[in-house]
Amino acid sequence: MRYSVFSIARNALQYHKGWAKVWRSPELKANYDAVIIGAGGHGLATAYYLAKEHGMTNIAVVEKGWLGGGNTGRNTTIIRSNYLQDSSIAIYNLAHRLYADLSQELNFNTMFSPRGLLMLCQTEHELRGFKRTAHANRLAGLNSRILTTPEVKSLVPIINDSPNARYPVLGAYYQPDGGTARHDGVAWGYARGADAMGVDIIQNCEVTGLSRDGDQIVGVETTKGTIRTKKVGVVTAGHTSVLMQMAGVNMPIESVCLQAMVSEPLKPLIDVVVMANTVHGYISQSDKGDLVIGGGADAYNSYIQRGAFTSLEHTVTALVETFPVLSRIKMMRQWAGTVDMTGDRSPIISLTDVKGLYVNGGWGTGGFKSIPGSGFVFADTIANDRPHPIAEPFGLNRFAEGRFIDESVAAGVAH
Amino acid sequence: MLLIKCPVCGVEGEECDFHYGGQAHIARPASTDPENISNEQQRDYLFMRHNPKGLHFERWRCDRGCGKWFHAARDTTTHEFKAYYGITELPPKQLMQQATGSWAEYFADKIK
Amino acid sequence: MSGKPYRLPLQNGIGRRVDQTKPVSFSFDGKQMQGLAGDTLASALLANGQRIMARSFKYHRPRSLISLGSEEPNAIVGIGEGAAHEPNIRAGQVELFEGLVAKSQNRWPSLDFDIGILNDMFSRFMPSGFYYKTFMWPASFWYKVYEPVIRYAAGLGVAPDNRDQDIYEQIHVDCDVLVAGAGVAGIAAAEAAAISGQRVIICDENPYFGGQADISTGMIEDKPQIDWVREKTAFLADHENVQVLNRTTVTGAYAHNYLLALQQVSDHDPEMIANGAPRHRLWKIRAAKVIMATGAIERSLTFANNDRPGIMLSGAARGLVERYGVAPGLTGSIFTTNDDGYRTALSLKQAGVGVARIIDCRQQTESEAVNAAIAAGIEVQFEAAISNVETSRGGKSIEAVKVAPYQKNRGRVTDETRIACDFVAVAGGFNPVVNLWCHNGGKLKFDSGLSSFVPDSHHDNIVAVGSANGAMDLATCIDQGYAAGETSKFKRPKTSTVKEAKAESLWFSPASGSDNEGIHHFIDFQHDVKASDLELAQREGYESVEHTKRYTTLGMATDQGKNSNINAMAVIALATGKKLEQVGTTTFRPPYTPISFGAIAGTSAGKLFHPVRETSVYGWHLKNTNVFEPVGDWRRPYCYPKPGESKQDAINREILNVRENVGILDASTLGKIEIKGPDAAKLLDLVYSNMFSTLKVGHCRYGLMLNELGFISDDGVTARLAEDHFLIHTTSGASDRIAAWLEEWLQTEWFDLDVFVTPVTEQWAQFAIAGPNARKVLEHMGTDIDLSLPFMTMASGNIGGFPVRLFRISFSGELSYELATPAGYGQSLWDAIMTAGSKFDIGVYGTEALHVLRAEKGFIVVGDETDGTVTPHDVGMSWAVSRKKPDFIGKRSLQQPFLAAEGRKQLVGLYTIDPDEVLPDGAHAVREVKQSPPMQTIGHVTSSYWSPTLKRSIAMALIENGRARMGETISFQLEDRTVKAEIVDPVFYDKQGDRQNV
Repeated sequence: MRYSVFSIARNALQYHKGWAKVWRSPELKANYDAVIIGAGGHGLATAYYLAKEHGMTNIAVVEKGWLGGGNTGRNTTIIRSNYLQDSSIAIYNLAHRLYADLSQELNFNTMFSPRGLLMLCQTEHELRGFKRTAHANRLAGLNSRILTTPEVKSLVPIINDSPNARYPVLGAYYQPDGGTARHDGVAWGYARGADAMGVDIIQNCEVTGLSRDGDQIVGVETTKGTIRTKKVGVVTAGHTSVLMQMAGVNMPIESVCLQAMVSEPLKPLIDVVVMANTVHGYISQSDKGDLVIGGGADAYNSYIQRGAFTSLEHTVTALVETFPVLSRIKMMRQWAGTVDMTGDRSPIISLTDVKGLYVNGGWGTGGFKSIPGSGFVFADTIANDRPHPIAEPFGLNRFAEGRFIDESVAAGVAH
Repeated sequence: MLLIKCPVCGVEGEECDFHYGGQAHIARPASTDPENISNEQQRDYLFMRHNPKGLHFERWRCDRGCGKWFHAARDTTTHEFKAYYGITELPPKQLMQQATGSWAEYFADKIK
Repeated sequence: MSGKPYRLPLQNGIGRRVDQTKPVSFSFDGKQMQGLAGDTLASALLANGQRIMARSFKYHRPRSLISLGSEEPNAIVGIGEGAAHEPNIRAGQVELFEGLVAKSQNRWPSLDFDIGILNDMFSRFMPSGFYYKTFMWPASFWYKVYEPVIRYAAGLGVAPDNRDQDIYEQIHVDCDVLVAGAGVAGIAAAEAAAISGQRVIICDENPYFGGQADISTGMIEDKPQIDWVREKTAFLADHENVQVLNRTTVTGAYAHNYLLALQQVSDHDPEMIANGAPRHRLWKIRAAKVIMATGAIERSLTFANNDRPGIMLSGAARGLVERYGVAPGLTGSIFTTNDDGYRTALSLKQAGVGVARIIDCRQQTESEAVNAAIAAGIEVQFEAAISNVETSRGGKSIEAVKVAPYQKNRGRVTDETRIACDFVAVAGGFNPVVNLWCHNGGKLKFDSGLSSFVPDSHHDNIVAVGSANGAMDLATCIDQGYAAGETSKFKRPKTSTVKEAKAESLWFSPASGSDNEGIHHFIDFQHDVKASDLELAQREGYESVEHTKRYTTLGMATDQGKNSNINAMAVIALATGKKLEQVGTTTFRPPYTPISFGAIAGTSAGKLFHPVRETSVYGWHLKNTNVFEPVGDWRRPYCYPKPGESKQDAINREILNVRENVGILDASTLGKIEIKGPDAAKLLDLVYSNMFSTLKVGHCRYGLMLNELGFISDDGVTARLAEDHFLIHTTSGASDRIAAWLEEWLQTEWFDLDVFVTPVTEQWAQFAIAGPNARKVLEHMGTDIDLSLPFMTMASGNIGGFPVRLFRISFSGELSYELATPAGYGQSLWDAIMTAGSKFDIGVYGTEALHVLRAEKGFIVVGDETDGTVTPHDVGMSWAVSRKKPDFIGKRSLQQPFLAAEGRKQLVGLYTIDPDEVLPDGAHAVREVKQSPPMQTIGHVTSSYWSPTLKRSIAMALIENGRARMGETISFQLEDRTVKAEIVDPVFYDKQGDRQNV
């Protein structure tokens, strides 16, 4: 059923009894042309583009819990593409462009809101770093520039712009069409789109094993039965190591908890997304009015997916220092997601030594913003059994070659 | 905020009094045979991590206490510390038997 | 509505908490009102006849309070003005004080007339998740048109308008037992634990201990429960092992029994704030054992228009009357599924409030409470349910309820009777408050008697007692409390519990006509989530309870679903044919109630946010400049402008004074680490890429440190003080990192080395005196050191009477000395140098002059020329990579294919073709200039300055294969123009080093 204001009006007259299911709850089949493990944003987008761009519809997405329930449903929904390195720019920019039309593409409002994103420059070193990024981005064709302190103040009136602040705002790196989208909407939109093309999304189906015949993947063992397939895409952010080890593949990844929280809902207070990397805090305001605040990652390996206080405390302190009016605002809810951290903090989209086994993970703190691009190039990689040109730099082989994609170099952090 | 006990000085303190040092029992190839290290061996040493969901052998430093590095065995799904032991020591035998991945190989000839 | 009738005669135990001799003035939405000392804002508003306190989030329906506790979803207001305004506070928990200013929220232009009510009229077109299905055409309209409107309409309160002036603090404590909640079970647990000698903290979110004891029946030791509570509270307060904390909510339980408790120290008393008390205090508690005695929350009942102002929980109605002497209305109906409704009816009746009827969904039953109500002449209708509510226009006041016969699983209502009343008390049973249990992963189980979830297993040392544990009778609550407190010696008090008739659960009260669709059956009041929304989510396939929650925004309001959670699960169960326990719950996350950012920041905001690390002459800098830059933990002077002088002019002056005369720099921030022991040289050979074992005593050598990936990590000059004793210098920001790094290698890899690493950055003040006249200044001060010591050597001795280590090293390329003296002498030595130097017009210079001076000489700055991806070969320092050493940190990685590859970016100097053109920092060179992006880049500017010495611009850059391109002209494409520059050697000034070797 196509969604529109008219379909809402029509359904309103029948007390909304006429709405169809947004996706099916199919039975798991014994054979698929490809199996995607993990029904988060990346996995669902991969399935969507496999079906749409490559005509592969006899595929399944298997999910341990409920779709969109991992990091897709836990992140702070920031979207930007103004990275430093060419290979990062390529994938995040592809994602950014796909986000811009995603609601229309999926006929599902994913609420992409390019309301502007600021990365504060609070030391001379950080300012220099962002200037370098700004030059690189301009030459790559991105719309992104350095703002002066008064320009920052006019975009974010509640910011402390005192030159005597401990970390004075010396300016900001601004991407005017950066912003946010509705995380659940992205997962649901892709799920609905993939399902409509015949993709089976199997929820509450945990993968317990990956079967190999020599160096070829041949099947997936799940709690709902065995699947025979020649292509498996592992897209299980946070749990990439665990799944890959089922096929005997080690990963250059550690899993840590990334902290986040929301305040109580407020009338509009901050219109843009603000990231303050020097003091480790970032903030935006959701359409509901909550301040959505991202914290740091816990230091240690963890799969616990629960909020901790240690790093949030520093984040909140930094935000109170940067936005003094926040002191009397209250934290309403905190949580955490388990994220993959790779050796160079950049993602992995790769073939593996096992034929037919593909991996997409290691997004660290930056996964949400890349979902459409990641799904697009990963689908292409799986369908053609060779890396998509944009995915190629993100291959696993880079770690043995020393060909790292390091985004931390220009003072920025890879949020 | 984890509660951690330093096996060297005995102090029990909070996570922020300690410094996490990642996976333990990774051998540095260059320390033994610097001339004969393959690119893959160097990669494994630098980047490959077992990262299990469960028993994890790791390193910590007693930052605000005695300053010493030490080992700990912790469950990454509950944060329960199963053991603390010295930086040059091996974990208790029972934990070595439960070890998985590269640790299992490393401990194999040491469980006596 | 006149205010008078709502305050009841304060007699016979009615209004026990208020003092009618102490009137208190306050205002609400600018209207002056009067309450009594002991009132809450909510009770005072109701006493004044102000029933409507807020508008709901989505449909802007008028709302009043439904509860007296932290579960309140409706009566959310703002308190205070200007910078002291706090939005989103539960009116039922605000203690009234003289001059309190309260404001309603989320309404325009006024609470009484809110244009947002249009949303209610069109609510049929705005079911859950409708926004996922529309607002998509045309594409740009979401962001430009629809979203701004939605954002404006959403949100509740407004933020304060300026910096908060109040104080927040934190306290770190540990205890043997933390008791969360001071109802009878919690008090019993605390008493037992205290008597058995344990250190106890007992917290309760309310100002008074006792929980519901003051409005419950049942006696302890033949006395009313509240008397026992008072006696035990006094005992606990006096007990030396016990910390008693009221107005303190345990908000979160984290790993290893780490708990947060927010104490609202002075929100209730502006005088305390005026006297310097903190507003909030955040307790960070490490508890050996946690006793969760957090009680239970009464459930509301789900019927059509159950959100109307005047419909409240049974316990709230009783509490208003008994605690504050406030009548919820003139005549009420009671809708109940259990005996609690009867207790409320009796309480109301005894206070003189009219009770129109008790509507009980159960079959006719008998119990003490039921019999007493009937005996008191209260009309009771069994097997009946409220099916709808009649209100005045706009839904602001209730005129009657409709009542229909009730039978489980019967559908739409056909015959309704009308009962006139102006308020309704609802008693839907109780949900244990299990939040703390779940925060750190405790498991729950379903209790079919309660139709709710109760604590099951937990990996932490935590026990649940009392109604939080599902115990609904007094004796069990007390027993569980004492048992959890772990003492066997103690004699349990005698309790008498009133026996109750069996409770029923009622999850959806049918209505007539279209109302039976659930379109006005509210579940989550604040977010306007109705039964029909939950059904819609199921119908559309958002079947996981988490999907339902996210699709409908159920439980995502400020109350986080305390009141709505179980009712929602039950409706989902009805809609899907599942059992309630199969639906499961959403995850309980901290905090239990919202906590202020101020409290989380504590005293770490403001001056203590990141304390400034000060060199011994920081005070002098503060007096002589106001241009600083943060470097590591320090703030270093950027430059020292004279009155009327621009920053750039000051920098140029400082530089030329060094080149032509003599300058002084506070270099104390430079990291200093002493390496001492028989294996000191061995360690340095392992951690530096170049060789140090060959360094002679009394000599200095520049060194590069790599990380294990092969990239430059730090640099600095090392001096050999003795055969077994080195002093290494690190960059300013890196001293702590490098010291820890060395220590880590020493302990974890090369633990057989016999050497100590001692950071001494703080112990020494260090000043660079640089320029052709540097030696003269030192000579003038008087010294026992031979000042002709050669470049890259050092000596110890006295200068001007101060003990110093004197290093002949230079970061400016001039004749230069660095003097290090014990930090205590720092300021005096500085003063002595300035005095001696005044004869030679010595000039102080800041970090920017320092950077230009070094750039003129082509010296790299780690962090500018390097960025964590740069090898020594890249910056032309292959000479610093030893080939003799079999191993050093980073050596093997330098051989990884990509690091060893040809054509990497290499450090070069740049002369812009136009010498006046200073390239911007970070500008990128392009392979080919094109009309428009994208353009392929071949490298970037790492440092760029106007050189006053050379009177032209200079820059350093990392350029692809740069060293092979000397003399080539490359193009930097800026926003508005192309700048051409010639690739040159990065040493721009005094290539032979004659000036520093004098």
